[in-house]
Amino acid sequence: MSKGIPRKHKFFTSAKGDSPAKKLLIHLLLIMASVIALYPFLRVITISLRPGSQLLSTDLSLIPRDATLDNYRTLVFEKDFVIWLWNSLVVSLTTVIVGVLLSATAAYAFSRWDFPGRKQGLVFLLTTQMLPPGMLLLPIYVMVVRLQLFNTYTGMILAHSVGAVPFSIWLLKGYYDTIPRELEEAALVDGASRIEAFCRIIVPLSTPALGVCGLFSFMTSWSEFMMARVMLQKTNMFTWPLGFQKLLDQFTTQWGVFSAASVLVAVPAMLLFMYSSKWLISGLTLGGVKE
Amino acid sequence: MTPLTWDIASRGLMEAGRILAFLVAGVAILEVLAYLILHKWLKLKHSLPIMLMLPALIAVIALIIYPFGFNLKLAFSNMSMYRFKEFSVGLAYGVQNFLDVFRAPVLQNVTFFQLLLRTMAWTVVNVFFHVLGGLFLAILLNRPLRGKAIYRTLLTIPWAIPQVIAALAWKNEFHYQYGFVNVLLRRLGLAPIQWLSDPKWAFLAVIIVNVWLGIPFMMVVILGGLQSISPEYYDAAQIDGASGWQQFKSITMPLLKPVLTPAIILGVVWTFNNFNVIYLITKGGPMEGTDILVTSLYKAVFEFYRYGFGAAYSTVILVLLLIFTWIYLRVTRGVEEVAE
Repeated sequence: MSKGIPRKHKFFTSAKGDSPAKKLLIHLLLIMASVIALYPFLRVITISLRPGSQLLSTDLSLIPRDATLDNYRTLVFEKDFVIWLWNSLVVSLTTVIVGVLLSATAAYAFSRWDFPGRKQGLVFLLTTQMLPPGMLLLPIYVMVVRLQLFNTYTGMILAHSVGAVPFSIWLLKGYYDTIPRELEEAALVDGASRIEAFCRIIVPLSTPALGVCGLFSFMTSWSEFMMARVMLQKTNMFTWPLGFQKLLDQFTTQWGVFSAASVLVAVPAMLLFMYSSKWLISGLTLGGVKE
Repeated sequence: MTPLTWDIASRGLMEAGRILAFLVAGVAILEVLAYLILHKWLKLKHSLPIMLMLPALIAVIALIIYPFGFNLKLAFSNMSMYRFKEFSVGLAYGVQNFLDVFRAPVLQNVTFFQLLLRTMAWTVVNVFFHVLGGLFLAILLNRPLRGKAIYRTLLTIPWAIPQVIAALAWKNEFHYQYGFVNVLLRRLGLAPIQWLSDPKWAFLAVIIVNVWLGIPFMMVVILGGLQSISPEYYDAAQIDGASGWQQFKSITMPLLKPVLTPAIILGVVWTFNNFNVIYLITKGGPMEGTDILVTSLYKAVFEFYRYGFGAAYSTVILVLLLIFTWIYLRVTRGVEEVAE
């Protein structure tokens, strides 16, 4: 651009020549926002390190005096923490497998064929994601009780599959749409059947997408609270969100233990999320825009 | 405490294995039957896509459509704690249940219209601040900047923490004496606040938490949108002498719309349906002062055991949500047509 025209008011654009003062201001704002975003979690870590004698204090320092791992020890050796994690793991892994198995082929049909009711089907699947939580909880609860699946993994897996199946279909369909049809058509010309083309070409190409889809169903099921609250009553069947809530029922005694548990669950969950979030975002927004 | 013994572990694995074996066997039988009937016997043109969809279709029918229909049936029943197994269904019960939603308290005191207003306030305030905060941070991050990736990662943390943990941790931090919120207020020389025992402050507390939780999503989505806008537009606008605000209004906002529209719909639905934050922090209390529609639905069903009523109530809530989405889609599409 010519020099004669002054660049002015570039606040909303990505200009290269910010003045030092402006840069400083932007950094200050971002640092402030980062502190607000991060501080509550840092506090959880702090409290998890507090010794019992200082649990209740108005101290705000990040590393408490006499920091100790006592809370972690109590959590692992005196609470049902390990068993809660195990229960969550069984439920969410099975839910993921059920969801991906059922949706992989259905999503393919939605992506490649134009059959009557296709569009309505997709809209229906999207609508199911809007159902108020609790709406299907009551009928499913009644079904689970009648089938005598109360307090079992099976009941929980059924309940979690309600959300996982439509979500997986929608996400995978979006991915299949990006695979060019010419690849299968070439295989068909070479004499392969449709099923062979799917197994030999689409499935290998979409392994990353299947993985991501599984990861999201896993994370949803892993942290699910409301259904667990209704479906599980025995302490040793609890999934961790339910167990954590029970831990906190007595605030004063368990605050440190709860915090230790939160650190142990949240850190891997956060790493997993950071690793996968870019796919989630494109899945959520592109899927919405395209249809 | 129960240790994780081999016994318990193997029981879990066996139960999971049973489900999967059942699933695989069921799908296999289903597909063979479908192949014989659709392909060999009826010779349908679309037999292959139908076969590909059949397992998922049956799952959706069993897990969503049937429960949904069952829920409607319960809405026309007198099911309650005492009539859990033997309840009767009739039009009169249904009319009664649906009328009860509007004329009697949903829980002990709070009425449907109070809850509706509160839910709308909750949704509008939250989504407004999500978009505002997200837009602000995204604009800051969309500039050449050192340490951008670090800021971005740190700012995403509230979204990355499992919601249950974030909500419970915040609940502790609103503790009158030991929570950091009041500790900070005291150090600043302000009076501490009864966050969780005064309904008004409790409502503010849950809004603060949910705003904190929701900004990163909008920030990331908007940042993606901003990055896809070609800088040439801004160069051209500057040549024409457009001010920063004019550029924002005439370039940034319209070009962000395809990203913002689905994000706002999602945000509204998520916020409207947000059960965890309110239930885990305040349980809807004190005095039902922070209940919104979905938390009161849960409590009506699973704490007051009003099953028939709850089924009717959930139907009313769903209709509200559908009307909203429909109106929103109409309005935004209408604006698009005007712009073209």
